[in-house]
Amino acid sequence: MTDWQPVAATEALRQRADLYALLRHFFAERGVLEVETPLLASCGVTDPSLEPLLVTGGLPPGESRRFLQTSPEYAMKRLLAVGSGPIYQLGKAFRAAEVGRRHNPEFTLLEWYRPGFSLEQLIEEVAELVVAVLGRRAWRVFSYRELFQSALGLDPFTASLETLQRCARERVDTGSLEGGRDLWLDLLLTHAVEPWLAGQGVCFVTDYPASQAALAQLRERDGHWVGERFELYVDGLELANGYHELADAAEQRQRFLEDNCRRREAGLPEYPLDEHLLAALGSGLPDCSGVALGVDRLLMCRVGASDIRSVLAFDWARS
Amino acid sequence: MATFSTNEFRSGLKVMLDGDPCNILENEFVKPGKGQAFNRVRLRNLKTGRVWERTFKSGESLEGADVMDRTMQYLYNDGEFYHFMEPDTFEQHQADAKAVGDAHLWLKEQETCEVTLYNGTPLSVTPPNFVELEIVETDPGLKGDTAQGGSKPATLSTGAVVKVPLFITTGEVIRVDTRTGEYQNRVSKS
Repeated sequence: MTDWQPVAATEALRQRADLYALLRHFFAERGVLEVETPLLASCGVTDPSLEPLLVTGGLPPGESRRFLQTSPEYAMKRLLAVGSGPIYQLGKAFRAAEVGRRHNPEFTLLEWYRPGFSLEQLIEEVAELVVAVLGRRAWRVFSYRELFQSALGLDPFTASLETLQRCARERVDTGSLEGGRDLWLDLLLTHAVEPWLAGQGVCFVTDYPASQAALAQLRERDGHWVGERFELYVDGLELANGYHELADAAEQRQRFLEDNCRRREAGLPEYPLDEHLLAALGSGLPDCSGVALGVDRLLMCRVGASDIRSVLAFDWARS
Repeated sequence: MATFSTNEFRSGLKVMLDGDPCNILENEFVKPGKGQAFNRVRLRNLKTGRVWERTFKSGESLEGADVMDRTMQYLYNDGEFYHFMEPDTFEQHQADAKAVGDAHLWLKEQETCEVTLYNGTPLSVTPPNFVELEIVETDPGLKGDTAQGGSKPATLSTGAVVKVPLFITTGEVIRVDTRTGEYQNRVSKS
């Protein structure tokens, strides 16, 4: 028999519609402009931990592939660079091979940018949005360092690679897993710290190791370089990732090149640098903070679902 | 043998891990907001029966294991090996005591069971969920004692010992759940 029926209950579809109305109202009240940017673009991201879905057929002569966007970040930054002011986008994003209880390769992302906001101001606004959607909830902020110290009793900045490996292997059968500090930190975060966060309600985690800064600016904290970045967790479920946005075109180019270098080492395909974005940064991106929030997961929190499939009309397997 | 990447891991897929054939039970994709993705995989080692969880980097792959489940008829035990036959092809397979394991307690000649082959050789034997076996020895039955509780041990034709109600007597055939080793009901007098 063909599984033609929707996965989500009709009630979950109605909750989704309500959520979209609520989100649009939230931003309209604050004077943040809704924008729409292309889903299918000539460039994607270089981030080695993201794999794009490619469209290779039906393209005009001279074009061999287009990238389904893993987030609308680069296009939205091009709007910011011409003075769009605060903007948000509610739309689909695509990430290859991410399927599970908390992942679907095609998902809904809410991304917004606030010129003139510090990271702390943006965290405040994200917390207000969480309260608007989930009701009154207390929230707190941990630095990445405090988080590891509280959950595991180790300092992620000073612990040796051997200590990180030992801590991970005491908790998880890692077989022949190999990698650098970031791999072991990511392993501890997903396998040991996130379960601990499940008991902590609404939490923001800030000041990631500089090596995990992604597209965030760097700052010095307690003698260590950290990425001005945050993640939002609600009851252990990771919902959002925000940056004090990197605006330096030369630094951005450097990070793209390093990404491709790591891709080469890992045997992954390398991708072209988005010259449109680099040119926009070169012309001047206003100082701003931005955040991308997984809307399907936010909906999971709102309806009390533990599997993303129960809030999707048709999940990957049935789409 | 083909290799399978973590995103192809499904419940029921048989793979080679640390030199042993394993059955994948669950596969969970986990990823931090930014950074390395992992697959937490629950497996059963088909040689030892051990069930545990191993974490892989997403995109890693494992070699498939040449393991298949076949429905076969149990023929006989020659003192050293247990002999099985595929009903379609009449092909026979011999399994040692290690492969048969506890299943020998429930195997009656002509009984149909599931034999797991690894590289063509029996790796394990799963008896049917319910079997009907004759009691060869138990204490004399107590007449009229059908309502009250209480049980006694009874030895079956295969050597298995199960607890039966007091009214059951030697020579009767009973139905047993092989997963729990529990008496279900009396089938008939033999």
